[in-house]
Amino acid sequence: MSAELPAVSGQRPLLRIVDLHKRFGELEVLAGIDLEVARGEKVSILGPSGSGKTTLLRCINYLEKPSSGRIYIDDVLIGEKLVNGRIVHLSDRELAKERREIGFVFQRFNLFPHLTALENVTIAPRKVLKQSTEEANERGRRLLEKVGLGHKLAEYPERLSGGQQQRVAIARVLAMQPKLMLFDEATSALDPELIGEVLKVMRELAEEGHTMIVVTHEVQFAGEVSDRTIFMDHGRIIEQGPPAQILGNATQMRTRAFLKKLADR
Amino acid sequence: MNFWTVMVDRFPYFASLLLKGAVMTVAVAAGALVLALVLGLVIALLRMSRSRLLSGFAYIYTEFLRGTPALAQLFVIYFGLPDIGIELRPVEAAIVGLGINGSAYLSEVYRAGIQAIHRGQFEAAFSLGMTPIGSMRYIVLPQAVRMMLPPITNFSITLLKDTALVSVVAVPEIMFYARNLVTETFQSMHVYLLAAAIYLVMTIPMSRLVAYLERTRRAWQ
Repeated sequence: MSAELPAVSGQRPLLRIVDLHKRFGELEVLAGIDLEVARGEKVSILGPSGSGKTTLLRCINYLEKPSSGRIYIDDVLIGEKLVNGRIVHLSDRELAKERREIGFVFQRFNLFPHLTALENVTIAPRKVLKQSTEEANERGRRLLEKVGLGHKLAEYPERLSGGQQQRVAIARVLAMQPKLMLFDEATSALDPELIGEVLKVMRELAEEGHTMIVVTHEVQFAGEVSDRTIFMDHGRIIEQGPPAQILGNATQMRTRAFLKKLADR
Repeated sequence: MNFWTVMVDRFPYFASLLLKGAVMTVAVAAGALVLALVLGLVIALLRMSRSRLLSGFAYIYTEFLRGTPALAQLFVIYFGLPDIGIELRPVEAAIVGLGINGSAYLSEVYRAGIQAIHRGQFEAAFSLGMTPIGSMRYIVLPQAVRMMLPPITNFSITLLKDTALVSVVAVPEIMFYARNLVTETFQSMHVYLLAAAIYLVMTIPMSRLVAYLERTRRAWQ
């Protein structure tokens, strides 16, 4: 499997996941995930619903607490720390600090309805990074222009289309300058005609060299944009490799069956 | 003398005393409201805390205050506390009694308002590096307050009327004056109707405010 990993030029991986398990009661949603992602790498994750893709993303920024296993970003343990040889959970404040580095784009956008588009983008830089309002506004304006919403700064989310809301959400994540961006089916809740505008923004981010993990059903997008495609099923990574290989010439029956189902849709 | 001639004849005298009482009624209600708003938020946060001890305390606090008569609570505070060396003046006892009683009710209003905010709002705030307290302060509470304003205003109406209760610990509010006037003039019908009318004049605008808040509470623009 390691032969399939892209060349990392001797660098430590940005993200390292070791034997990650997540159980909800009896149900084991993640059954031992090992994964490394290099700085600047674009990874797409495919798999049927219930395969654990979303849970994996949510564990990475500790929105779900893993049942066991370790997650490191730049060799720093996420959500836990070693104290006197024992692993303990981080305090709320320490955990919040780690999460600044990890951007999360939600399927349902989760914009803050009481704030304008610009305020949605600037609230975390102002309150978390303690940027001045002028600085945060200036950067926020540029980020909204970048995602094509320079003319919607003062609009509230409920007056924006789904595609526009998702682009605001992406700008909001970019404002924190995260090391790693996680996209949880960022286009699944959108009407078909709005998907393109969001994928276009994600494509630009990929070209700029952001490190991205993208859970998606957009096979074509995964094929064009990602460096590596992972196929998950029943809480495990079934196979992974260059997108062309996984999408065009999968070795596992389950991967082929899933891709065929998607194609027949 | 028929009803209306008496009313017209004695109105200035009745009204002057009852309005004096109304000032006290508003003062007690306002004081109790502030106390209930602050204490209620504390109790709501304790109730939602991860600590079993804190949330258990808040649960018992709320159940006790909602399950016993406000009058009994008021008597404990005014007549009971002196036994352990805490002596409050009537107005203080009234504000503390109604405030504590109201905090139990408001804590449930807060809790419902906060829990009505979608979980995704917390998650988005967390994922942007906010602490639970920061998420509450900047993201959840501003939205929840909008949801809570109608029930809080309704509570204020109830509170204003419930101040009638504190006349029994000799706070000189509307009903206190009303009772004195009746003892003095035996005009029960006139005095009590006038007292009721004064409450109504104060509560009607508040009810209108609730209706307005109900209409606008979901709109953000």
